[in-house]
Amino acid sequence: MELLLVSLLNGLVYGMLLFMLASGLTLIFSMMGVLNFAHASIYMLGAYFAYDISRHIGFWPALVVAPVLCGVLGALIEMYGLRRVHKNGHIAELLFTFGLAFIIEKAVQMIWGLLPVPYRVPALLDRTLFHIYGTNFPAYRGFMLLVSALMFLAIWLMLTRTRMGLVIQAALTHPEMVGALGHNVPRVFTTVFAGGCALAGLAGVIGGNYLVTEPSMAFSMGPIVFVVVVFGGLGSLAGCFIASLIMGYVQTFAVVLEYSPADALAAFGIKVTEATPLSEFLTIPLPRIGALLPFVMLILILLFKPRGLMGTRDT
Amino acid sequence: MSEILAHPGARPVEAAGVASLTKRHGPWLLALAVTLVLPWLFYDWSRARHSGFVVAMLSQMSMMAVFALSYNMQMGQAGLLSFGHAVFFGLGGYTTAHVLNAVKSGSFWLPTELVPLAGGVGGLVFAIIFGYVATKQRATAFAMITLGIGELVTACALMFKTFFGGEGGVSTNRVIGTSLFGLTYSPSIQVYYLIVAWTVISVALMLLLTRTALGRMANACRDNFERAQFVGYDPSMVRFFQFSLSGFFAGIAGALYALTYEIVTFDSVAGAMSANALLMTYIGGVGAFAGPVLGAVLIVLLQSWVSLLSNSWLVYVGLLFIVMVTFAPGGIAGILLMHGPIWRARRLGRLAGPYVRVLTPGVLAVAGFVLLVELCSFLTIGAAQGKSFKLSGITIDPQSLKPWLIGALLLVVGGLVLWREGRHFRRSWEAVMEEIKAAGRA
Repeated sequence: MELLLVSLLNGLVYGMLLFMLASGLTLIFSMMGVLNFAHASIYMLGAYFAYDISRHIGFWPALVVAPVLCGVLGALIEMYGLRRVHKNGHIAELLFTFGLAFIIEKAVQMIWGLLPVPYRVPALLDRTLFHIYGTNFPAYRGFMLLVSALMFLAIWLMLTRTRMGLVIQAALTHPEMVGALGHNVPRVFTTVFAGGCALAGLAGVIGGNYLVTEPSMAFSMGPIVFVVVVFGGLGSLAGCFIASLIMGYVQTFAVVLEYSPADALAAFGIKVTEATPLSEFLTIPLPRIGALLPFVMLILILLFKPRGLMGTRDT
Repeated sequence: MSEILAHPGARPVEAAGVASLTKRHGPWLLALAVTLVLPWLFYDWSRARHSGFVVAMLSQMSMMAVFALSYNMQMGQAGLLSFGHAVFFGLGGYTTAHVLNAVKSGSFWLPTELVPLAGGVGGLVFAIIFGYVATKQRATAFAMITLGIGELVTACALMFKTFFGGEGGVSTNRVIGTSLFGLTYSPSIQVYYLIVAWTVISVALMLLLTRTALGRMANACRDNFERAQFVGYDPSMVRFFQFSLSGFFAGIAGALYALTYEIVTFDSVAGAMSANALLMTYIGGVGAFAGPVLGAVLIVLLQSWVSLLSNSWLVYVGLLFIVMVTFAPGGIAGILLMHGPIWRARRLGRLAGPYVRVLTPGVLAVAGFVLLVELCSFLTIGAAQGKSFKLSGITIDPQSLKPWLIGALLLVVGGLVLWREGRHFRRSWEAVMEEIKAAGRA
């Protein structure tokens, strides 16, 4: 019971972090058709910026400055990079972001080194918020939940209550029509790209010290965020939100459940030994398969429901 | 005799056949001659041995050329962007390692020369399994499925010990004593010539494939898959066949890898290897058949030579890739092909002046960028390795301001001049092209 409750909370924290990354990517992917490989790299940069800023000024300024820096970087990438490549087609744009992800990873290694940096939780939040069944729930996780809930609210208000938000919503499903109606689509693209990158940067700021800030964090997070976006479906933020939570829970529960298929068979009275065929597959505990699950989910959904959970168009 | 007189055209036609063969396949024959001769140019006569570094590098180039060409069967010829091509390379390698071990232990007999075929079959079998899943989709969905498959197989390679050997990989021994020509394949030069032979076979087969109905339909499905459907072909079947055959050749490349290094680890199926295929193919050029070969040669050269000098060679590869995507989507082969009409019109000399004017600031800007990158990487990675930063014998202190200023100055000034000269170059280029068109009309 305690395991269930703690895991539910942890899964929620992780899922909201994923949503912070995936929401920007979904918006970019739906509107521009570009699957941005550099998105997770911006998340990594957010964490490193926050580390440097919090070392010199403090964590709280970093919470604002690092996402802004990431947003500006995103705007520059869109205006001077992607827009130029756009005429060569979607594949060229995708490859451009792929090359960018490659360079950012190497640049981070060059500037901050190959080893993880000691980016820590601020002292104010480095304590226990409450106890459940003897397990501590750190205040920082509560803070993460708060930030992501605020971000969720802000996005929702922005998309439904402002003129810009309405244009973005329209462009999600009918990008050509929005251009035909006379809206400045390139500017909307730049705004969305910058906004998505700022969100990724924010995820980096609050996720970097929750997880580990190291040069490989982009490549370990990137594919999972893709899975969330594809799973949720093109053009649907709600689908993206549900997919983030599913992924958060799948990953959290896969780690805590120490069972293997052999245990399931044991319940039916079948005993797995070394001699059993496929014993190697059957005795693998769930936490080790956990890393595989997102990709199995990705392949399955693309095969049977290429639009994703709530997508409005094919990928 | 009388027959020859009666048909005076007989001999000249045959002669023309040979001439057109050398003309059409001239570059290929030249490349083959170079690959055969090159190891001997670096032969150490005083100690009567080959340069291990050169032979290793050439072997690597050969197998990577096959790998990149097999990738281009999907990317360039069928328009399928894959992020998991290394899966078939690596699984071909694992299959080869197991086959070598089985032959060595006497389970069955297979000549060493035909072992790469086993790798190809391994690649083919897995490509059929995964291709059945992946080729139901196209475009971005296909790319995502291949990404998923790549990650899945990499995770499996670390998890299952029986086939993949876990983190340690599967080691093998290529000296199995079943050669048809009585060779041991213990010295790496013998393996090199085996690799070259299989490279020639694979390249020829892939070239022939582009001329079959399948190759043509793959192009058609890439350009307009709806129209291809109207012709009566099922695009997903065309994708499936092209994908499977591409996996076969990737498997052969993996087999050559296993024969060379005698160990196959999870690195050979991992994302970095897939990215390598993409970089080589795209930088070389996806539009021309030989493009990926150029890319493979260039990247392996960077990999084995520049990586000795610099920690940050991957930054340069990444930057080269981005520059290519942005300014030259046809890759190196595309740039070379663009010069074709000017070369044939014998006006290449007209571009010499503009080329000097655009390349000089280009070289300066690159030098400045390299200096900055090296200074930066030295402060973090190099210093940790206890090296000192030396440039042509002079030790440079990366802590002082001067080298940084020089680097920044070179980069900024070189970049600005390059930008201006680039526009001038474009005007000269267009003027020459106009001239050629006018001459053609007249």
